[in-house]
Amino acid sequence: MFDYDFMRHAFAAAGIVAVLSGIVGYFLVLRGQTFAGHALSHVGFAGATGAVLLGVSPLTGLIAFTLLAGLGMGVLGDRLQGRDVAIGVVLSLSLGIGLLFLHFFTSYATQATALLFGNVFGVNLSTVGVLALLATISLLALAAITRPLLFSSLQPELAEAKGVNPRLVSMLFLGIVALTTAACAQVVGVLLVFALMVGPAATAQRLASRLSHAVVLSALIALIEAWGGIALAYVSDWPASFWITALSALGYFLSLSFSRLFSHQLA
Amino acid sequence: MNRDVAPKRLEPTVELEHATLTLGGRKILSDISLTINAGEFIGVLGPNGAGKTTLMRALLGLIPISAGSLRVLGEAARRGNPAIGYVPQFRSQAAQSALRGWDFVAAAADGHRWGLPLPDRRRRRLVSDAIALVGAERLAERPINGLSGGERQRLLLAQALLGEPKLLLLDEPLISLDPHHQKVVVDLVREVQQRLDIAVLFSAHELNPLLPAIDRVLYLGKGQAALGTVDDVITGPVLSRLYGSDIDVVRLRGRIFVMSGGLDLEHDAHQHEHEHGGGHHHEHEHHHAHR
Repeated sequence: MFDYDFMRHAFAAAGIVAVLSGIVGYFLVLRGQTFAGHALSHVGFAGATGAVLLGVSPLTGLIAFTLLAGLGMGVLGDRLQGRDVAIGVVLSLSLGIGLLFLHFFTSYATQATALLFGNVFGVNLSTVGVLALLATISLLALAAITRPLLFSSLQPELAEAKGVNPRLVSMLFLGIVALTTAACAQVVGVLLVFALMVGPAATAQRLASRLSHAVVLSALIALIEAWGGIALAYVSDWPASFWITALSALGYFLSLSFSRLFSHQLA
Repeated sequence: MNRDVAPKRLEPTVELEHATLTLGGRKILSDISLTINAGEFIGVLGPNGAGKTTLMRALLGLIPISAGSLRVLGEAARRGNPAIGYVPQFRSQAAQSALRGWDFVAAAADGHRWGLPLPDRRRRRLVSDAIALVGAERLAERPINGLSGGERQRLLLAQALLGEPKLLLLDEPLISLDPHHQKVVVDLVREVQQRLDIAVLFSAHELNPLLPAIDRVLYLGKGQAALGTVDDVITGPVLSRLYGSDIDVVRLRGRIFVMSGGLDLEHDAHQHEHEHGGGHHHEHEHHHAHR
């Protein structure tokens, strides 16, 4: 399986993206902002197709759009709280615009599928390099804001009283989420970003209550699911994205029944 | 029941001189002068919107005063003052989180600094000390989404006590607790307050749960404030002025009821808060919901 370049690239890309998504996703779940992450990836679709139209690489458009949207969401901050309808409208509008852009480029039907559902076997070496760079930047930025991020996620009012600027922290975090989303879309596509960003994190949160354990576990689960999905795709010839979503869902539902079992024993 | 007038030594912790607090163009408190001393437990009462939270936010430096002066421990109020502990009303997303209590408390220990929460001995002792102070060692090992409202308040208190502040502000910590857990929380705060010898401002909708603990009452209403012993402040004339309507004070078997035209005002306010308290786990009993 590792004899082929495309397989090695797929494993490398998925590995980088999984660790990044698992870690960033943990904080996304902790903050209850998973829908924002979902929406960001959709905005990215318009960016990616627009980039194709302009003759730029789709990844560039994806990054530019998600980053802008992420920072914008951060600036709006609390005003977006409970605005799921507004976010949803923007989300579908973005998909619609993406579709329009594709319409002008009819030859890009395969490109559309790749953007929407991912094409991890189409990742080349230079994309792996870009993903590694994105992951490095995102994780360094996350490390820089971890303490105020945790504080303002768990106790926003107290954090503000202690001198934290929750809006700045939220903006920086959503910027990181945007980069992660863009990277994640390279593996599972914009529609299935949830599978790597939210599934493993939600699973880890149910299994580990210690912060450090939960973050590491989240990255580990994402890695297992991403690599497992690729291996299963290689064996079965079914799409890798399908297998990753299947493993992500399986992991989550297993953790649900596991924690229910566990809490029964406690009671 | 209440120790008459209190402080033996007069070290002002909170000083307001002709202070006016404005929020969104509306005067919340106007021309207030008062002094709260070290070691005092103050119950902060008043109808909804009377400015209990606003006053606390001003002490924390989150809202500027529009006139007069406001001093905390001898200096002007400023954000990030480590000498103030704060328990905000808890409606955070965090209640749903499966994070263990220890990490929840620890997030407040160094959350005002950038960077990673790396384990170090000083940080660990700071957090453990605060947790031990409120007797939450065992709770700290459990995930917070599995805790009851009263248990959560214990962790919130630990968080506020990190670094042993000189002034502790508690914003409605009794909301959505049943009478038993209300008593537990009040007793705990009283015990900690006496042990650390700090000033406490404890806001509540109802006076009665606080009666055994408080030294003085700060009653807010109609932009005004009255600070004094329960006997001085909880009277018909004083409260009529603060509510802007005729108030009767009825004492019954050691409990005090503030009534307007036969309606129990504090219970009404409390119930109102219940209805809007959404998202809380309903482990509390609606002991006065039906009438």
